Amino acid sequence: MEAKDIHQLLVNRFHDRIKDFQENTFPNAVVVDGSSIVEVCGFLKNEPGMEFTSLISISGVDLKEQSKLMVAYHLGSMQHKHKIVLKVETDRNNPHVPTIEMLWRGANWYEREAYDLYGIIFDGNSDLRRILLPDDWEGYPMRKDYVYPKRYHTWNV
Amino acid sequence: MGVLENSLPPNMLFTTVDKFLNWSKKSSLWYMLFATACCGIELMQAGASRYDLDRFGSVFRATPRQSDLIIVAGTITHKMADRVKKLYDQMPSPKYVIAMGSCANTGGPFFKDSYSVLKGVDQIIPVDVYVPGCPPRPEALIDGIIKLQQKIMEKKNLVKS
Ligand code: SF4
Repeated sequence: MEAKDIHQLLVNRFHDRIKDFQENTFPNAVVVDGSSIVEVCGFLKNEPGMEFTSLISISGVDLKEQSKLMVAYHLGSMQHKHKIVLKVETDRNNPHVPTIEMLWRGANWYEREAYDLYGIIFDGNSDLRRILLPDDWEGYPMRKDYVYPKRYHTWNV
Repeated sequence: MGVLENSLPPNMLFTTVDKFLNWSKKSSLWYMLFATACCGIELMQAGASRYDLDRFGSVFRATPRQSDLIIVAGTITHKMADRVKKLYDQMPSPKYVIAMGSCANTGGPFFKDSYSVLKGVDQIIPVDVYVPGCPPRPEALIDGIIKLQQKIMEKKNLVKS
């Protein structure tokens, strides 16, 4: 199924909780209201004809100019060979997004990674702690205004 | 042999204590299994049959307690650095360090603008031999080990320099 058909289906079902459709990205992206992401993902995973059984990745994006952070979910269906990207925006100063761990267990680590590098808090994630950086690291390195520390423990960074 | 001729059993050798100690150290450089990234593959290759590191008396051990040498083969992140230091501290003396590849030497390709990579393992432990390359070939590592052996042979244990 084409992304725009999937978008239409989502709009029919979730109405104004589905926001923009981004046509010039590949694969095409659908911007979803943050509070509905679990429902939308659940629908895409379980609805006959959709069967997005595979969560390809979750990544963070820093939209510093708009004072927002974004989370992009790449979903794929092995069965129907279609793909879609869902995007959720959240406040940069208080970034909270619900976890989708209950739908795809792999989301746990992806969300930890986004938390580690962008500081996005995934409400409900069962083990939200840093994954790549040391536990006592300060700041979120992928944010655009991140300042590199000079020293860490006893050595230079 | 002059006056000593025929007065000693045939299986006797003469040397100095220093040389003997150094020789035994350099001939049994057991190195710890420690590889974190691509350089590790070259290290494995150096240990495998084609390059056969064993012929230098160098065999790997999977524990720091029985190792004389740590070959830091690969990228060390800040998260890993504390562990590397701990492993090094657990090795019995005398102990040696070979930094293998650009990452272990200086941070390598991750030197610039990387928040996560340690810019050279010599920031946390003392390095005896640096092997350049990204990655160094097994020959280069073997050269590094021979250099280390030469260094060990020069050590003065009992004799005052
Ligand atoms: S020096 Fe090059 S080959 Fe070795 S670990 Fe670093 S990037 Fe990999």
